[in-house]
Amino acid sequence: MDPRLGTAIVVVVGVPAVLIGYIWLTEQLLRAFGQRIRPKLRPWLWLAPALAFLGVFLVYPTLGTIVRSFENKAGTSFIGLDNYAWFFTNDASLIALRNSLIWLVALTAFTVGVGLLIALLVDRVRYETVAKSVIFVPLAISMVAASVIWSFMYFYVTPPEPQVGTLNAILEVFGIEPVAWLQVTDYAFNTILLVVVMAWMWTGFAMVILSAALKGINPELLEAARVDGASERQVFRGITLPLLAPTIAVVTTTMIITALKAFDIVYVMTSGNFDTQVVAFQMIKQLYDFGQPGRASAIAVILLLAIIPVMAINIRRFRAQEAIR
Amino acid sequence: MIEPTRTLGARTAVAITAIALLVGACSSGNASPAASAPGASTPAESAAPGGSEAPSAGGEDLTGQSVTVIGTWGGTEQDAFFAMVKPWEDQTGAKVKYTGTRDLNTVLTTGVASGVLPDLAGLPGPGQMVEWADSLIDLGGVLDTATYTSETAAPLVQLGTVNGKLVGVFIKTAVKGLIWYSPKTIDIASGSTATWDDLKALATANKDKADAEWCMGVESGAASGWAGTDWIEDIVLRQAGPDVYNTWWQGTTKWTDPAIKAAFQTFGDVVANSYGGAKTINSTNFANGGDPMFKSPPGCLFHHQASFITGLGAFKTAAAGTDYDFVPFPDIDPAYAGSVEGAGDLFGMFHDTPAARSLMAYLVTAPAQDIWVKIGGALSANKNATSYPDDISKRSAELLQNAKTFAFDASDLMPTAMNSAFFAAIVKYVQSPDQLDAILADLDKTQVDAYAQ
Repeated sequence: MDPRLGTAIVVVVGVPAVLIGYIWLTEQLLRAFGQRIRPKLRPWLWLAPALAFLGVFLVYPTLGTIVRSFENKAGTSFIGLDNYAWFFTNDASLIALRNSLIWLVALTAFTVGVGLLIALLVDRVRYETVAKSVIFVPLAISMVAASVIWSFMYFYVTPPEPQVGTLNAILEVFGIEPVAWLQVTDYAFNTILLVVVMAWMWTGFAMVILSAALKGINPELLEAARVDGASERQVFRGITLPLLAPTIAVVTTTMIITALKAFDIVYVMTSGNFDTQVVAFQMIKQLYDFGQPGRASAIAVILLLAIIPVMAINIRRFRAQEAIR
Repeated sequence: MIEPTRTLGARTAVAITAIALLVGACSSGNASPAASAPGASTPAESAAPGGSEAPSAGGEDLTGQSVTVIGTWGGTEQDAFFAMVKPWEDQTGAKVKYTGTRDLNTVLTTGVASGVLPDLAGLPGPGQMVEWADSLIDLGGVLDTATYTSETAAPLVQLGTVNGKLVGVFIKTAVKGLIWYSPKTIDIASGSTATWDDLKALATANKDKADAEWCMGVESGAASGWAGTDWIEDIVLRQAGPDVYNTWWQGTTKWTDPAIKAAFQTFGDVVANSYGGAKTINSTNFANGGDPMFKSPPGCLFHHQASFITGLGAFKTAAAGTDYDFVPFPDIDPAYAGSVEGAGDLFGMFHDTPAARSLMAYLVTAPAQDIWVKIGGALSANKNATSYPDDISKRSAELLQNAKTFAFDASDLMPTAMNSAFFAAIVKYVQSPDQLDAILADLDKTQVDAYAQ
């Protein structure tokens, strides 16, 4: 038997067994305590494994990364804020920073905006499921595969050879000169083209979540408004949109995080050439190609800091909502 | 409006689909950034049993044992490697578990740091090999050293040695800087190709026979630009000489040095006279860079590429000698005549197991090397491997062995950070030649960082 199969069986059977065993063990342990302490102790014992995992795999590495970001290349001495200073004075990273900002704004605006529009438009048509499925399918494709697909869309062949890339083939039909799409750096156009790939994948996600929230709105509310003579636009502005607001906030947060994590598309389609590098790409480059774990850590910390306000707003919103309930 | 039950059903369905697809998306999302993960994990699983195995009682019966190997070869090169190890597998009963990755550097950097390594591995270059010298096994006791040194060109043995320890051997080599042409398009004997000026004159004289003078393609995924670095190296070697060449890759000659800048400008002339211009160069894969040469009407007169191009792109199906032929890179400054640049795939050993020792010793022998050489697309570092399939391969192998000055590919000798920046700089320079000074200044900054310990 392949030893890997054995490993798989151990994991599939073993992990649940250990978890159940743990719960059973904690219950045995709790018997030693009095009735009154038991309910207070139980949640902590149940939480302990999760907290341990978080500690080992999230908190410890995060702290480690922060410490490492203040160290030199070899990790032998502290160099203060030099790694951060390097990031903000280096041409390549500044372009990466600009591009990440473009990713963040363009991707979020497009996916949430178009996702909402589609969710509203298909809400009351007969072929809703089909339409939504079609838009949702790209999300199931891996990033690398999607990048390869879109590389064919943007493909450039030297004229007079026939254009085999979709976009250039269309231009050819109209007798327009083909364009080497991914090399167009004016106004960061090629970065926008990369964002399009991600938007193509994630619009479906935004649409599905928003559509589900839309279905959750009580139809009586809408009907009451209509009976009172409100126009469709007024219904949307006054009822639908405020009720959708929490969901939009969640989707927006997800998209912001997705935008900041963008790496695969850039790596596959341009390898960061033609000024398309993003912050996450610079991090990988510094870590593996440049052998600068200190600088890579600094970039990781910068990304973390960039996410914190978004998370804070989300948590506050969540709390406010809980309070209403 | 829809009745409540249907809404509920639809909602549940949407939720379930969403969850299912999210899970799918997450797992694929996790897998894709580490495109090289399969390369890293395969040896990890199998390396452990290999390393813990008790040494067999000598002899060559290694039945049931396996050797994990990581390399950059895929496609035809991978097939050639398999053909090469087949006799060894048959003879010993051991198995070779090969993983090909385009991101060798990342896989091995992580491996060296974590200790999860294959038994044998291709090494990205001599520069990187030096950094890993401590993790690599001394091959002095593994190979038949006397035979190896007598069969191999001295500079190549030298390049695999760190502090007197032989840690890397060349599995295959290549001559860089060959100028390819099609005898059907251009009569090479109608002029001289001895010097760079002669070659330029020849190109001008035959201007109307093709769209452009040169063909070029530098796209190569994460390593885009390397094909251009070969150009710069060839020019530096012959225009500024071996001394500048050496101090340059060693990091003591700056990129803004007039000698290096002049090399970029000479290269810039070639770019300006290339088929399709910058857009084509940057969007064409190096393997297909020379393809327009075979078009009708021809796209270009010349293509600059290493000897391995004969196994790639349109060269693969074209006939050696009639469809294509080569001349060595012409001399630029007569003072440095007779210099040849070469490169090769280094192999090192990370785990000292009986099977790994046996395979390593086998790979460098002439009979093993002959197998790959016969398939084509590779030259051997071993002088006794001579089964070259055609005259062109034989001539390029001789060029390598008889060079007055042998220079190893400078970008492969540079630290990884420098190498990576050099690649990117080529792409940038091809796209915007007017920013040469800024590009070189940037490379100077990287140089300061990359060579610092």
